[in-house]
Amino acid sequence: MSTASAARSGGWRLDTHERAALFDPLLVNNPIGVQVLGICSALAVTTRLDKALVLSIGVVLVTVLANLAVSLIRERVPTSIRIIVMLAIIASLVIVFDQVLKATMYELSLELSVFVGLIITNCIVMGRAEGFAMNNPPRLSMLDGLGNGLGYAVVLILVAFARELLGAGKVFGLTVLPLVKDGGWYMPNGLMLLAPSALFIIAGLIWALRTWKPQLQEKD
Amino acid sequence: MANINSTRYTILFATTVCVICAALVATAAVSLKPAQVANARLYMEKNVLVAAGLAEHGQAMTVPEVQAVFDRAIQARLVDLATGELVPADKADARRYDQRAARNDPATSRAAPTNAAGIRRVPNLGTVYFIMKDGQVEQVVVPVEGPGMWGAIYGFLSLAPDTNTVRGLTYYEHKETPGLGAEISTPSWLDLWRGRKGYDDKGEVAIKVIKGPAGKPEVDPHHIDGLSGATVTGNAVTRLMQFWLSQDGYGKFLQRYREGATS
Repeated sequence: MSTASAARSGGWRLDTHERAALFDPLLVNNPIGVQVLGICSALAVTTRLDKALVLSIGVVLVTVLANLAVSLIRERVPTSIRIIVMLAIIASLVIVFDQVLKATMYELSLELSVFVGLIITNCIVMGRAEGFAMNNPPRLSMLDGLGNGLGYAVVLILVAFARELLGAGKVFGLTVLPLVKDGGWYMPNGLMLLAPSALFIIAGLIWALRTWKPQLQEKD
Repeated sequence: MANINSTRYTILFATTVCVICAALVATAAVSLKPAQVANARLYMEKNVLVAAGLAEHGQAMTVPEVQAVFDRAIQARLVDLATGELVPADKADARRYDQRAARNDPATSRAAPTNAAGIRRVPNLGTVYFIMKDGQVEQVVVPVEGPGMWGAIYGFLSLAPDTNTVRGLTYYEHKETPGLGAEISTPSWLDLWRGRKGYDDKGEVAIKVIKGPAGKPEVDPHHIDGLSGATVTGNAVTRLMQFWLSQDGYGKFLQRYREGATS
């Protein structure tokens, strides 16, 4: 990694490394689709778009701020305790996010219940802090955090869109496909509201991604 | 800089990180507390409306909206649970009464008699919400609570003026297992309670969550379909409902009300 080029750049213009840090995780190095991290919460919170969106915002904020904080202290952290220091930072950020959620979107926070807290254990956050922010300057680390958070968000929102639409005939709680039981024509697919459906959708996305970008396929 | 891998530096660093993180978390928790308390209160009062069928499950409502329904259709009162008598409305403001705080305060609560539900303390005064329509009491809503599988379950039970027939129910706060016990707060399951009877012909508490399906309310008035994989939660719900309908809970008040002795 070229620290010098990142240090020279500034403002809103992104150099090659920065662009790669920000945009690669959206698709070609997507944390869920390619690195297959953070699957657990992707199964649990994607029955509705609003839940997926709020959790995505949480993950984006936490990955950005955790990467920033870890990058700022990367040269001062004693190696023996670096993991637990990262965990303390990540946990603090997540708790603050959870508190803000309870103060502003109380009922949604009840529905998200443990899954906000589980951002702490989301492998994406820890993975980027240890794998990237420990070795890179703050600005680049933040962009990497933003990219990975958004990469996670993209998949979560796609999955939630499919599940809410096919499972409940709704998008963001607004009826798009009127259900048979409400006098409409759409017979909802109940499987979509259960966790296994998210696995099928994610597996489908991973398959599509690897077919489109064959270089992602591992050689036997 | 000193050696960053020395023991002294490591301890110092760890302490600093802890202090900074603790300060961050504490600041957020303390500064957001008032908004969270207000939200919890609004959510609780909204669930009185949900139990009474005046609001939908999951419907978003603001404080003035909830207030408007309370002004229009609800009389909140306090009841002396030991005698079942209503506290005169001018003596206490039921809307400002915090039943959970009262239950925890030894001065305003008493130890519950041994019970299957595992409820330890009962407040001296309990809140009752009368849902009014055209000057008549249409429903009587009482709070219910008790230990579930992982934590306390809180809900509201709405009864018809006979204080026996269930009109509606909510469990608005619980820590039951998502996907299993947590199904107790889904509208489709709560709807199964509607029309069931709390007491049998002899006036004994009879309502119960059973294993497997129950009949229609008309033929099987005391049983509710159990939830698969949630036996512990189902039993907890049965016991806490039975407790609050019993003489140790709201039973005395409901009996007095039923017999028309309530002023």
